[in-house]
Amino acid sequence: MGYPHPIHPKETPVLSRHFGEAEARTYDGWAARGGWEGLRTALAMAPEAVVEAVKASGLRGRGGAGFPTGLKWSFMPKPSARPHYLVCNADESEPGTFKDREIMRWTPHQLLEGVAIAAHAIHAERAYIYIRGEFTEAWAIMEAALAEAYARGALGGDALGSGRRIDVVLHRGAGAYICGEETALMNSIEGKRGNPRIKPPFPAQAGLFGMPTTINNVETLAAVPHILVRGAAWYAGLCLGSPKSTGTKLISVCGHVQRPGNYEITMGTPMRDVIFEMAGGMRPGRTLKAVIPGGSSVPVMTAEEVGRCVTDYEGVVAEGSMLGSAGMIVMDDSADLVYQLWRLARFYAHESCAQCTNCREGTGWTTRVLERILAGQGKPEDLDLLVDLGEQMTGKTICVLSDSCAAPVVSGIRKFRGEFEAYIRRERQPALATV
Amino acid sequence: MSAAHPAAPHEPVLVGETRARLEALFPKYPTRQACLLPALWLVQQARGWISEPAMAEVAEVLGLTPAYVKGVVTFYTMYHTHPVGRHFIQVCTTSPCGLCGAEDVMRALLRETGCGELGATSPDGRFTVVEVECLGACGFATPVLVDDDFHDSVSPEGVAGLLARYP
Ligand SMILES: Cc1cc2nc3c(=O)[nH]c(=O)nc-3n(C[C@H](O)[C@H](O)[C@H](O)COP(=O)(O)O)c2cc1C
Ligand code: FES
Repeated sequence: MGYPHPIHPKETPVLSRHFGEAEARTYDGWAARGGWEGLRTALAMAPEAVVEAVKASGLRGRGGAGFPTGLKWSFMPKPSARPHYLVCNADESEPGTFKDREIMRWTPHQLLEGVAIAAHAIHAERAYIYIRGEFTEAWAIMEAALAEAYARGALGGDALGSGRRIDVVLHRGAGAYICGEETALMNSIEGKRGNPRIKPPFPAQAGLFGMPTTINNVETLAAVPHILVRGAAWYAGLCLGSPKSTGTKLISVCGHVQRPGNYEITMGTPMRDVIFEMAGGMRPGRTLKAVIPGGSSVPVMTAEEVGRCVTDYEGVVAEGSMLGSAGMIVMDDSADLVYQLWRLARFYAHESCAQCTNCREGTGWTTRVLERILAGQGKPEDLDLLVDLGEQMTGKTICVLSDSCAAPVVSGIRKFRGEFEAYIRRERQPALATV
Repeated sequence: MSAAHPAAPHEPVLVGETRARLEALFPKYPTRQACLLPALWLVQQARGWISEPAMAEVAEVLGLTPAYVKGVVTFYTMYHTHPVGRHFIQVCTTSPCGLCGAEDVMRALLRETGCGELGATSPDGRFTVVEVECLGACGFATPVLVDDDFHDSVSPEGVAGLLARYP
């Protein structure tokens, strides 16, 4: 539900059903809502059977890339003397995205349960949850829930009396968007600078501390207990569009809508329902200009594309963008798209870890060229220069932060060229002081 | 938070309770190095910032070099390498919040605290205001972190009342 807003009739609240209920934060409160049954069910199953159930559900990673979760788990090697690790990515820093925060704030046991099930499935005795440093409130709630789960015997040396050891450690980040990238995150836990690693080796071979590791997003893991309790077939049946996109998805909607919040939809729900009905549409007298639908790292969509779009992995690609982390940044006709894209480029330039030349230089130059356009000093050839820069930033670096900067900027130029040209032709007042 | 003058002699920080809390973390990680980020948090909680002598102390306890520790400290934006005001304020101005008026909240914070500019500490030493990137609360614009307190939906008009809670 789009806390603090009531559940909208077109939502399918599964993960978010108990948002806003303070009591759900406690062990007993969670158990009274059917909690910990998923873990109990999983512990009675062989790990491989849990992996099969998650495969059959069709669940895909909710952190941005949409990789099939059961398949990822099945890449883990057979148990051996080398410890296996599970890592939960709670670094949520993608502009426009604020769903993992709400899962942790309202249903910390839902996440702990999902983490414990995944640890069982991949033969890990220890899981780390990496929470971004700024999430102080979510941290305190997770810490209290973790202590309670240990005290009640759900976690520890004999999880729920199964004889199985499952330890969970919370690890606090310290301010760096790049640490959301999975290998940078592992370096960060290891006490290093958060630089992404070259792949291969992939985490299932050599991840955290060089050991076989699976990493999943908060929302991905929070869905797992429901799959165990209600069945893979039930989850796979939650599908209104492409059969490759199943289950429910939390959509964070922000920017120029009347009711910003997280709306939980069945995959395949029309995007216009999310923006105009659940989130309440634009303010009176305003019309939709553009949406960046996957967090800020994906191409911009026009109002027309939004009107046609089916909200699932394939549906958003069909309209020229990506579902990503499903943080939808909504802009009405009052928004200055050039200014907003400059501000986003500045974000990526600030957050680049600077290992790769194309990213370090590309994000910096993109920001500076947009800056001079906004200052009324742009040249007609600047738009081609930005597109060319974008090409040099795509598919050429260790991780996709660089591509993520280019995607909204290049698509913005293609779809809203007139807004850029108005600055270049000095038809519009400069939005920034002279650079 | 206390903020010793950078030139004051270094009082060891990884002692007593702080040291005990650090050592309690050791069994949770297979290496000492992995305790680096938590150790830096403990130092900052105790002192308000992380001085070079404190980095050297952390290095000594975890078996690292001071230069290595400094390299890590400076990668992460939340660690302070110089003293800051008694209350440290972080305001998000990334696009989603920017669309909802975050820059006005930032200007109100700079004016009402007396900081005047980003990164500066107010003359009375009470506040430092910095602009930060997306705080993961874009549906609750504008989020403002004051020390460890996360405040949602702050408006320019709400700034004075918010600050009054932090003497
Ligand atoms: C620059 C960058 C930032 C990322 N930030 C996050 C993040 O904050 N949270 C997250 O879950 N995944 C993030 N990812 C994706 C992760 O690398 C990874 O794909 C994900 O955690 C895998 O989990 P999933 O399969 O459950 O989605 C980021 C990726 C990149 C390249
Ligand atoms: S953009 Fe401000 S919290 Fe996300």
